[in-house]
Amino acid sequence: MLEIRGLRATVGSKEILRGIDLKVGAGEVHAIMGPNGSGKSTLAHVLSGRESYQVTGGEVTYQGQDLLAMSPEIRAREGIFLAFQYPVEIPGVSTTYFLKAALNAVRKHRGLDELDAMEFLVLIKDKLKLVEMDQALINRPLNEGFSGGEKKRNEILQMAVLDPTLALLDETDSGLDIDALRIVAGGVNALRGKDRAMIVITHYQRLLDYIVPDFVHVLYDGRIVKSGTKELALELESKGYDWIKSEAATVH
Amino acid sequence: MSVTESTGRFIAAFDEQRSARKDGAPLWLDELHQAGMASFTELGFPTTKNEEWKYTNMEPAVSLPFGQVNGEAKSFSTGEVLSNGFAENDAPRLVFQNGTFAPGLSSTRGLPGGVRLASLAERSRQDDELLAAQLGRYANHKRNAFVALNTAFIGDGAVVVIPPGCRLTQPIYLIYVSGAMKHPVVSYPRTLILLGADSEAKIVESYAGANGGKYFCNAVTELIAAGDSVAHHYRLQNEGEAAFHMGTLAAHLDRGSHLTAHALTLSGALVRNNVHVSLDGEGAECVLNGLYLGDGKQHIDNFTEIEHAKPRATSLELYKGILDGASRGVFNGRIVVHKDAQKSDARQTNRNLLLSADAAVNTKPQLEIYADDVKCSHGSTIGQLDPDALFYLRSRGLGPDEARSLLSFAFASEMVGRIQIDTLRRRLDDYLVARFRRI
Repeated sequence: MLEIRGLRATVGSKEILRGIDLKVGAGEVHAIMGPNGSGKSTLAHVLSGRESYQVTGGEVTYQGQDLLAMSPEIRAREGIFLAFQYPVEIPGVSTTYFLKAALNAVRKHRGLDELDAMEFLVLIKDKLKLVEMDQALINRPLNEGFSGGEKKRNEILQMAVLDPTLALLDETDSGLDIDALRIVAGGVNALRGKDRAMIVITHYQRLLDYIVPDFVHVLYDGRIVKSGTKELALELESKGYDWIKSEAATVH
Repeated sequence: MSVTESTGRFIAAFDEQRSARKDGAPLWLDELHQAGMASFTELGFPTTKNEEWKYTNMEPAVSLPFGQVNGEAKSFSTGEVLSNGFAENDAPRLVFQNGTFAPGLSSTRGLPGGVRLASLAERSRQDDELLAAQLGRYANHKRNAFVALNTAFIGDGAVVVIPPGCRLTQPIYLIYVSGAMKHPVVSYPRTLILLGADSEAKIVESYAGANGGKYFCNAVTELIAAGDSVAHHYRLQNEGEAAFHMGTLAAHLDRGSHLTAHALTLSGALVRNNVHVSLDGEGAECVLNGLYLGDGKQHIDNFTEIEHAKPRATSLELYKGILDGASRGVFNGRIVVHKDAQKSDARQTNRNLLLSADAAVNTKPQLEIYADDVKCSHGSTIGQLDPDALFYLRSRGLGPDEARSLLSFAFASEMVGRIQIDTLRRRLDDYLVARFRRI
């Protein structure tokens, strides 16, 4: 589904990604771990097309297409979804209004009929249950005054409604207490399926207790320096990142 | 034509009209006309050398070759009037065409007894005592040439009187439509709103006009709120695209009264809104909400002035502007806290969104504080759409135009959300959706 080869990217004059290679197949859940500043969030944003990052090398193929040639909205319509670490607050637009506009943009692109207000309401009521969210919340301005947990649940709600093929979860566990984490992880797990791939970016192993990955990769200094299965995450939890850093130093 | 020549032309028109007038206005009104003209003659039209007019040159408006409004005006249908004025079908309303009362388009059905809603020309013909006592009391013609000119030419307009203790739930609409004339016309709508003690009312003044026609609407409204009354005033400006509009609201608030005044500017080529609020009673409060949407070569100037004259009064002001194309916005917010106005609380914010590189805005707060125990704050921002928010929306599948339009809508919708008349709010919401879909 996704193949990244030698991906390099900079912010301003600083090179953040220094040659990423990664293959993700349909139905797989990949966790990307790494210390702060290793490039995890940059990778997520580059894959969703953020223009403040410059791709300086490499290629990314998504469902046989050149992903890097697509604008952010085309990537979204083609099924890529980024759950933000820091969802943006937009006063003046309700989640309902925004999400209906987004869903219809996606549906139009896929050749499906646009949903009217009633059809959308039926759909969203069903998805709200998934993240244990109150309907009143989505009639409020998007993320404005939401708690950390409410914002993250709103991200997963949007993911459930937009029904992506490849979901990128950027530090979805940050700022969550254990109850919110359980709900968010529950929502994500319910969306796992054989046609959907996920890349879960996290600093801590904690999230992976709830969302159990098929593969774990360690990103350090802009490169994937180690790959393994879920046991690698446990090893990182007990040993920290220092041994990865020294291993990486001897290789390069 | 120079501004001085234009001033001379309006003075000549005044003399001509006065000598031609057959029916004769009542003495008090004739005196008010003359007082207005005396002030206008002394002041003349302002130039950009005048600090209060620094960014706004009214020359294109006042140098138009104006003709008289006689009989040849196109008649608007009730449907056109209601949709241009954003009014409901069954709402009590007075409609004016090019400044003259149109009884056939108006309706005072459903108003409770004691509420007076009438044409100013009619009331002045009947030599209304209340009108004689209150008209021209608070709109200061000695300081502003356009108020002076309106005062000199007072002909028709609306008189709204809410008796003490009356809490009116249904809104009253005053709709001034202009344009659709063969030559440029000037009109001087004049509105007087009196709220008795402990009364409450919602008044919507809307100004609308035909696109294409050049005209100049120079309107003045006086609003007097007696003790403990609550006034909601909406000034909705949706003039024709080539129109010049000068609108003044002079409000006088007594002890414990409340005024929420909305100024919504949606159209017009050259627009200046003056709002002057005098908090002249202990504990009086005003909320000023402004929204201005500029596009093309439009020029929109909002000049607000709040005077805290008595202790413990509160003012809360938020004006927001969205400027696209090569439009220009001006915001000037003056707050004066007088010596005895202790415990005054004044907060002012002006926020601007520039959607194009050619759009510009000048914003200037002006605080003059002569009391020592007060809370005053002001702030202004000028910015583009937040790139983080744009990316967030695009990452969900919205195209860049759609994302920009949604964020502009969101910026404006905060102000529309404050409208307390459901149908008006819904209509303006629809208007915003349609308008920002074009971006």
